[in-house]
Amino acid sequence: MTTLLIAEHDNASVKDATNKALTAAAAIGGEIHVLVAGSNAAAAAAEAAKLDGVAKVLHVDAPALEHGLAEPLAAVIVALAGPYDAIVAPSTSSGKNVLPRVAALLDVMQISDITAVVAPDTFERPIYAGNAIQTVKSGDAKKVITVRTASFKSAGASGSAPVETVSAAADPALSTFVGEALSESDRPELTSAKIIVSGGRALGSAEKFKDVVIPLADKLGAAVGASRAAVDAGYAPNDWQVGQTGKVVAPDLYVALGISGAIQHLAGMKDSKVIVAINKDEEAPIFQVADYGLVGDIFEIVPELTKAL
Amino acid sequence: MKILVPVKRVVDYNVKIRVKPDGSGVDLANVKMSMNPFDEIAVEEALRLKEAGKATEVVAVSIGPAQAQETLRTALAMGADRGILVQVDGTVEPLAVAKILKGIVAEEAPGLVVLGKQAIDDDCNQTGQMLAALLGWPQGTFASKVALAEGTVDVTREVDGGLQTVSLKLPAIVTTDLRLNEPRYASLPNIMKAKKKPLDVKSPADYGVDVTPRLTVVKTAEPKGRTAGVKVASVADLVMKLKTEAGVL
Repeated sequence: MTTLLIAEHDNASVKDATNKALTAAAAIGGEIHVLVAGSNAAAAAAEAAKLDGVAKVLHVDAPALEHGLAEPLAAVIVALAGPYDAIVAPSTSSGKNVLPRVAALLDVMQISDITAVVAPDTFERPIYAGNAIQTVKSGDAKKVITVRTASFKSAGASGSAPVETVSAAADPALSTFVGEALSESDRPELTSAKIIVSGGRALGSAEKFKDVVIPLADKLGAAVGASRAAVDAGYAPNDWQVGQTGKVVAPDLYVALGISGAIQHLAGMKDSKVIVAINKDEEAPIFQVADYGLVGDIFEIVPELTKAL
Repeated sequence: MKILVPVKRVVDYNVKIRVKPDGSGVDLANVKMSMNPFDEIAVEEALRLKEAGKATEVVAVSIGPAQAQETLRTALAMGADRGILVQVDGTVEPLAVAKILKGIVAEEAPGLVVLGKQAIDDDCNQTGQMLAALLGWPQGTFASKVALAEGTVDVTREVDGGLQTVSLKLPAIVTTDLRLNEPRYASLPNIMKAKKKPLDVKSPADYGVDVTPRLTVVKTAEPKGRTAGVKVASVADLVMKLKTEAGVL
């Protein structure tokens, strides 16, 4: 059995989501090949070759693949899919975008967002925003799988697999990249951070969010997250959203400030190792999952906490 | 230009679901059902494009049990022009849904299909991408902005690092994210009017689609619970506990 793992990368380097999906691919068993499809992505391919347990890296380079658009990328994956028993990608916005397109082209029912590998054809995945866990067995000859990265540890990078250059499938030329507005920051990425400080609606404004949440995050070297309510209210950008429809995270320490703990938020962070909640409402559902709760006014407590660290 | 909007009947997002004790699934008896929230956003976006004069007709389609007619009536009450129900009992997986939708697209020839990015029951996040694949159309998933032009549509997408804008040749698939718009409520007169709007009932066989699931559900279980910890009295207490007891600082 052989698995093709689709690497998440920015052409220069491989993202940690790839390392995590690799751990899931290893649990499925068999030989693992990693696909790095990009533009001027030799550096990313070289990095992928170091990942533990990888037998081979396939490097496909074409200008159309620079931004990971679904149409040309799916064409590349489908062209390579023939000999593989499983095609695996991390459940990032890129993986979620492209893999169902691949699955349909291969006439396979995708298994989305797996959280555990039970057997090579059987997987656990959350449904109803994580309120139930379903175990599903696939009857398709080929498996197409996306992996919830928060559920798997990162694979190491001490290997040295050969890199094979493969020519790209023709770009279907259906879509073009116009532009992007990515948040520039020196902070760790939300999905791979060891510590996350998250703010909720109780912050009340974008200014207060900045004044209260950010200094604590800076002090802890943490990534910054937000509840859906805070994002919807415009206190924080959309890519900070933690929750079922945002990012699913599992850091060592998750600090929830003024977050009530709606089901869909809990679904995104309840696998964190240690959860701290600070909220003035002692009945807030967040306290039911928090290891350490502090009832009180975030505007007084958080600056005090920032100072005490 | 015609816009097709698929809508799914799901457990209302406010309902706290219960897993059946025998592990056979989620208890759906006497549970409030509603339109999938992402699909409401899709209906709203289609209606706004029609109101802006960029679309001529909005057709809502649902694939599900007879009661999914109610979901379609909701879409019609919001302002969709007519509905198509493809009646199926039991689970229909995204791949089969996409195949049925492909058949409907062949009949209706829409310029745009707008779908919710995922259903809040199975959380698959597949149907739009699969439909785009089967049709050979471009896809703009997780849209937070849709700008329709002559022959193309620019879609701003919510991606992990922020926002990405792509330009798609029409016809195209768009899937909606949360911040695309705020869906309207149907007014009472519109709910009454919706009852008279045309609604066709079809079957998967009409489109030659086999809806037999490819995945077997082995069991459905409660997630591992997390128990509440302790309340600390002060900041100093919290810092001390994080350093010594939890060892995370």
